[in-house]
Amino acid sequence: MGASGGFVGTAVERVEDLRLLTGKGRYVDDIHIEGMLHAAIVRSAVPHGRIKAVDTEEARRMPGVRAVFTGRDIAREYGGAVPTVPIRLYPIPQMEPFAQGVIAVDKVRYVGEPIAIVVADTPGQAEDAADLVQADIESLPVVADWQTSMKNEVLLFESHGSNVVVTYTGRKGDAPGATGPYSRKEKFSVQRHSAVMLETRGLLAHWQEESGRLTVYGAAKVPFSTRKALAAHLDLAIESIDMIEVDVGGGFGVRGEFYSEDFLVPFASRRLKRPVKWIEDRRENLMASNHARQMDCELEVVCERNGRLIALRGKGYVDAGAYMRTSGAISPRNVAQFIAGGYNIPHVQMEVTICTTNKGPIGTYRGPGRFEPDFFRERMFDMAARDLGIDPVEFRRMNLVRQEQMPFPVPSLDNPAKVDELDNGDYQFTLDTCLREFRWEEKRKLQGKLVDGRYHGIALGCFIQGAAAGPKETARIDIEDDGRLTVYVGSASVGQGLATVLTQIAADTLEVPMDRIRLLHGSTTHLKEGFGSFHDRATVMGGCAVLNTAAALKTKIREAVAAKWGCEADQVRLGRDLAVSGPGGSLGAAELGKMKLRADGEYANHKHTYSYGTAAAHVTVDPGTGRVALLDYFTVTDAGRIINPMTIHGQAVGSVVQGLGGALLENLAYDGDCHFLAGTFADYLLPSAADFPGVRAMVLEHIPSLSNPLGAKGGGEGGIIPTGGVISNAVAAALSSLKIEPKSLPLTPPKVWALIQAARSARQDAPQKETA
Amino acid sequence: MKLPDFQYFAPATAGEVVRMLAAHAGEAKILAGGQSLLPVMAFRLARPAALIDLRKVEGLGEITIDASGVRLGARVRWRDIEDDKRLATAHPLLVEAIRHVAHYQVRNRGTVGGSLGHADPASEMPCIAATCEAELRLLGPKGERRLKAAQYFLGPLSTALQPDELILEVHLPAWTAGRRWAFQEFARRPGDFALAGVAAYYDLDSQQRASNAHIGVVGACHFSARLPRAESALNGKRVDAATAQAVGRVAAEEATPTGDFHAPVEYRKALVGTLLERALGEAAARK
Amino acid sequence: MEISFDLNGKKTKVDVPVRTTLSDCIRHHCLQTGTHVGCEHGVCGACTVIVDGEAMRSCLMLAAQADGSKVVTVEGLCAPDGGLSALQASFRKHHALQCGFCTPGFLTTAHALLTQEPHASKERIREVLSGNLCRCTGYINIIEAVYQARAAYQGKGG
Repeated sequence: MGASGGFVGTAVERVEDLRLLTGKGRYVDDIHIEGMLHAAIVRSAVPHGRIKAVDTEEARRMPGVRAVFTGRDIAREYGGAVPTVPIRLYPIPQMEPFAQGVIAVDKVRYVGEPIAIVVADTPGQAEDAADLVQADIESLPVVADWQTSMKNEVLLFESHGSNVVVTYTGRKGDAPGATGPYSRKEKFSVQRHSAVMLETRGLLAHWQEESGRLTVYGAAKVPFSTRKALAAHLDLAIESIDMIEVDVGGGFGVRGEFYSEDFLVPFASRRLKRPVKWIEDRRENLMASNHARQMDCELEVVCERNGRLIALRGKGYVDAGAYMRTSGAISPRNVAQFIAGGYNIPHVQMEVTICTTNKGPIGTYRGPGRFEPDFFRERMFDMAARDLGIDPVEFRRMNLVRQEQMPFPVPSLDNPAKVDELDNGDYQFTLDTCLREFRWEEKRKLQGKLVDGRYHGIALGCFIQGAAAGPKETARIDIEDDGRLTVYVGSASVGQGLATVLTQIAADTLEVPMDRIRLLHGSTTHLKEGFGSFHDRATVMGGCAVLNTAAALKTKIREAVAAKWGCEADQVRLGRDLAVSGPGGSLGAAELGKMKLRADGEYANHKHTYSYGTAAAHVTVDPGTGRVALLDYFTVTDAGRIINPMTIHGQAVGSVVQGLGGALLENLAYDGDCHFLAGTFADYLLPSAADFPGVRAMVLEHIPSLSNPLGAKGGGEGGIIPTGGVISNAVAAALSSLKIEPKSLPLTPPKVWALIQAARSARQDAPQKETA
Repeated sequence: MKLPDFQYFAPATAGEVVRMLAAHAGEAKILAGGQSLLPVMAFRLARPAALIDLRKVEGLGEITIDASGVRLGARVRWRDIEDDKRLATAHPLLVEAIRHVAHYQVRNRGTVGGSLGHADPASEMPCIAATCEAELRLLGPKGERRLKAAQYFLGPLSTALQPDELILEVHLPAWTAGRRWAFQEFARRPGDFALAGVAAYYDLDSQQRASNAHIGVVGACHFSARLPRAESALNGKRVDAATAQAVGRVAAEEATPTGDFHAPVEYRKALVGTLLERALGEAAARK
Repeated sequence: MEISFDLNGKKTKVDVPVRTTLSDCIRHHCLQTGTHVGCEHGVCGACTVIVDGEAMRSCLMLAAQADGSKVVTVEGLCAPDGGLSALQASFRKHHALQCGFCTPGFLTTAHALLTQEPHASKERIREVLSGNLCRCTGYINIIEAVYQARAAYQGKGG
């Protein structure tokens, strides 16, 4: 990259921070529009039932209430069937019967499903009225798990006849036919958990009757896609809707997808001809924002006696909740395709079935369908290594894909077909780096030992992280009248420091100081088209779009000045600060600004990049309480090319801590009747500052990506991916003297304690058996 | 989760508070720090018709220490207990238990009276009151009365406090020199409600055996109470590792926790035993 | 109900429904939206403000309970010239924020803590900040930023 400004690769302080530190951030609930009303969503308290009637009489009479709309009210306006939440990613016909109507009409299928929307003068009044909406729902038996789902005795969608959406198969070689001297089969499970970002969802929809325009504040992640869906549902031209992205309090995959409220709130605004604001409360956020991760699997590993892997085969069952929503296909697909991770396993077959249940519907959450298989596979590896008497580090080293084997195809996927390959990298290098920085050899002396009443265990895991999803990203750069630059990008901010990173790239390419650049992102008003932030793509796709656009601008400048001076473009020299010189004299940035110069650009790419690394953990287990304490956690990632080492390091640490929450603390629990139990922060436990003080992360530039001009590989998601496997292996290692094999997450104190009790009583039985 | 509507009063005297409580016939609640009440109202699990704020009532915020023990006014905050250095010797068990209450910001507002009025069995203050045989001084329309903790705590979130009564203060009996004590709590994260906790103290008789044992639990009984069988198992014994383990086992048997998805009954009972065993070890080692 | 209080050095009078929390009063009546609401039940700490020198969760206070008090929010923490205070600058330097939503609550809590305990140890800082949730950073940088800002508080009278 022809950059000499020196911003790329430097830990530049973030441009976003000045506003955010002084209370001048502007999140959607901070916006006040004269005359705005407030919405509250009435949600089903019944997990599965037929709606007999929804009585809104009393609610309508409450002070401040402007309107109450039920499913039947909206269905009437839509010729009987309400609009559905679109399936944005990998839609296939099998999913259509499972699409969610934006509001329940005849049936409810999960606790939290919207059944009415109340609009009032204040949020308190809307909530008061919502409490008085009486829903007469005839309860039906619930489908509480995937086993019940697959029996198809109780159906969520009666006319369809099945609760099962689809089975994906990840395939390589001939796994069913593979044999070897050693094999082991185990069952594992991961619990339901999700993003639970600090700012809940929210939107402010403003319908302006005179102009026929709709402005929606609070867009995120994929504003252009949401706009398209909304326009279709409201029968509006796309151009008459503006989706505005303001400051966003975290997304992690969950914010920004199309939900019921993304239709209901704009619908209400248009009906009432007033701005309508809806801010999700925390209970709703836990209950009704996309859930993730919950699945069981049965996995079998086959290998040589020396540990060389031959096959990995298994079946996974995803508890997908009640509907297929925008991104529900991703995790199941990724589990099927990435079960082998960065390891060279000749024969792989992973069948993953999506099962609907009477719980909150799933979507993508950071590292979707990657956290889960890493847990299954890495646990399997440590068990196999122990059985075979092989050091778990060597087991991994001998099986990691080697540089000379890349590009290395991963298992192929179906429904629809998808092939992919690991691009390039030196996986053994990050393994060795981890061993050294974690001080593996030294800590190994404590492996399995009981010291001061605590068992010590260490473990490690190697991971890959796919990034840079296509198809493309767009950007535009304008030179303003005063010579400053405005850069517009289609990427969305989710709090990841996007503006800073992209500004660094623009500044370096154009050789201007960073404070000369204003970067705008996300909103549909800036560009005709944008593709958003997900799959860790913003730095690569957005960054390369900015890179290309900046290069295009330089060309435009030369050509325009050449035309003005009547000379050839290559006679025009463009230097620092957009200073132009040549046969016609010289021009400064402000003069270029008056020439109204701008460039549009894009970056298109279908190749995924794979950053990769290794993580290790040192835990202790208190056998009296089952508490797992983390003494040290170290992760190293090769990100190819680092734009801002400070922000990418921050991403890595934050990502690890989220993963540790998933491994040890978090659980979107339901009871056996599908009533939601985790609706408060006293029940859903996020990591606090006191829980994991020892997390260390290192992000390197070892081998750049060959597939994009930046050489970057992403880096926002990797930290979370190996945490489940590493922590559970460390716990198993700590308790190895008791022969305890954890196979489900989260590893809560009661769960670990119960494993210890069971192991101890088994041991008590065993000696008696021997002497009998 | 906006609060439901209510009437709000901020009277200037305890007498007026009681008059207002009586006038609202059970539909009014006292607002002290609000750290327990407001979250419950935010979830609309309680919708009192009126809140009577104690913020202007004088004389309820004192910590008095004399020969009879420690008296904590109802408006004494966790922060005040933390800041009062006299309590380190006047009632170390109280200080240690209160260290575990919630977090920094909550400790600046949460009050002794609020906690005792709310009577959550998973809270530390009710446990200390029960364990130490505290006496509560209450004010009602007919005047003052005193209730011992054992008569006060009746069930989970349920006490003998009448709807028209106000807690004025709680009196912890004097702490004796040479007393052995410990407080051990187990929570998922620091500051969380405990899955279980134990408060324990005993004195030593002339033969260095435990006597006057008082053992109470946090979160492991339906309501804040002592464990008399565990106390009997401890009294008269030399407190060594074997005793600690044996008494722990009795406590595990005796505790009656409620299970939920965080932890089943079996685990909580065992936890009580483990925590008491460790607490007794800590107490015995204390100089 | 009429409530008067000092908000970031400015005498403020509002007339709000009685059930209005201090957080909603500050955000939607005084239009100071720097203080954020993350849970409305007193766990996440994003709503932390400083009332009469002490950090408090403003979602667990009625506006009425702040009548006559001195309230400081994140907007009131800036340097006199409107620039970043030492604490805010330390957050920027140490990359102690990503999405910024939890940040105001961390700043007010840390400011209250360091004002009263300018020599607070890292352990004490971590203990106090464990009452504020962050989903983005993993906390390491926040603890470091607060720890490194102590010097600015040690010169003062404490």
